[in-house]
Amino acid sequence: MHSTSYVVKFILVVSVVVALVLSSMATLLKPIHDRNEALANKRSILFAVNNYLETPIRQMSDDEVIEIFDNQIDQYVVDIQGNILSEEEVRAEGYAGGMAEHVDLGRERRKPESDRIFPVFVFNAPDEQLYVVSVRGNGLWDEIWANVALQSDFNTIAGVAFGHRAETPGLGAEITDNPRFSEQFVGTKLFDEAGNFRSVTVKKGRVTDEDHEVDGITGSTVTNNGVSEMFERGLQYYFSYFEKVETQ
Amino acid sequence: MADTSTVDQPKVKDKKPLFGKRERRLITDPLNDNNPITVQVLGICSALAITTQVSPAVVMTLAVIFVMGFANLFTSLLRHTIPKQVRMIVMLIIIAFLVTVVELSLKAINYPIYQELSVFIGLIITNCIIMGRLEAFAMADKPWPSFLDGVGNAMGYGAILIIVAFFRELFGSGSLMGWELFGPGPQFMINTEAHALLSWYMPNNLMVLSASALFVIGVLIWIHRAWNRDLIDVS
Repeated sequence: MHSTSYVVKFILVVSVVVALVLSSMATLLKPIHDRNEALANKRSILFAVNNYLETPIRQMSDDEVIEIFDNQIDQYVVDIQGNILSEEEVRAEGYAGGMAEHVDLGRERRKPESDRIFPVFVFNAPDEQLYVVSVRGNGLWDEIWANVALQSDFNTIAGVAFGHRAETPGLGAEITDNPRFSEQFVGTKLFDEAGNFRSVTVKKGRVTDEDHEVDGITGSTVTNNGVSEMFERGLQYYFSYFEKVETQ
Repeated sequence: MADTSTVDQPKVKDKKPLFGKRERRLITDPLNDNNPITVQVLGICSALAITTQVSPAVVMTLAVIFVMGFANLFTSLLRHTIPKQVRMIVMLIIIAFLVTVVELSLKAINYPIYQELSVFIGLIITNCIIMGRLEAFAMADKPWPSFLDGVGNAMGYGAILIIVAFFRELFGSGSLMGWELFGPGPQFMINTEAHALLSWYMPNNLMVLSASALFVIGVLIWIHRAWNRDLIDVS
């Protein structure tokens, strides 16, 4: 048996060594991590308009992604009344970059609804404009999110890119891993013919209304419901912005 | 120093070779006679979770080989200085340290795979095989054999993981490593819907659910024992 003071000293030394190694490793790799995260975010936004790109996003190099993002995307940050915020106002919210791509909806979700800000990305395709908006909700284990590309009628979905933090591979994670899930959203509509908001629902079993329903992933009911709820709730935050653009 | 290893060792007095008979057995034993999953029945929890597809299972295997090899090595190097009262906590620190190293490196090297595996990298910490080998082997043996024991057990674990993932992905989703092989629908290489003889075929959704991993592992244990009769308990 070792003495208590030895045990305490041993644990202290081990903890300090491990903490030093890990924190220096995390600090050294931080720039690479940030770069990877920013790129993954750009890819996710462009993935929503994948059908309008010349080469599929998955085959693009990092440089190509940055080039398209810089040249063909206009980004705005809007509040819940649909007003566009200036770069300084975005910085004042705590996003040092000041651009829509820096806005973290996960952080915005913790604010009261009226204080939240939302990113909008306008993709300039050769003959039309697509509006990519971001929504965020809860999956089974952690948050899920999506970038939703809308045609300029603000009704028809042109593409969706999902993301998640911790859904189960093979089940909930299929929202990102299985391209057939997100492809189903293309062409679905947010409003019915009378102009009422219907959103798009993930259904268990057979789809009866192709305009407002998609087929869910087997065995991941919670994630499916999370996607439905995220769409219904998250898209409404943009309605006043859409109205302002339409009346302009 | 007394040799308290769990594996039989022929007495060799002079300088030991780097890959002697014992070293080879340390690697091969966990693949067959002493497999962590089918014989020791450890690590079942993660075998359920990440075996729906082959590619995460492969990355998980590589990560576990790294963590287990080095956790065994470090524990063995420290085995005379670790106070017995707190050895479990020290082992946990070592494992958690290595898992964090894997997580940080993977996030920098291959971000898509990092996103895909997400929680499961962190869950290596709770893999009972690692703790089991540290306690049973590395605390009582020299660094090099300990390292080999860690790598061997991780490979034995990984082999079962990949076999289970193979069957679950093939019969659950009709695909392998993401390649869609057979099932109903035009996206599959063999479209069973259009095929005259196979139109009855549907992918088995049970295989996607966790419970099927236990069925597959159960059948594997059966086959393993039928083939290697020494493993059958005579009680």
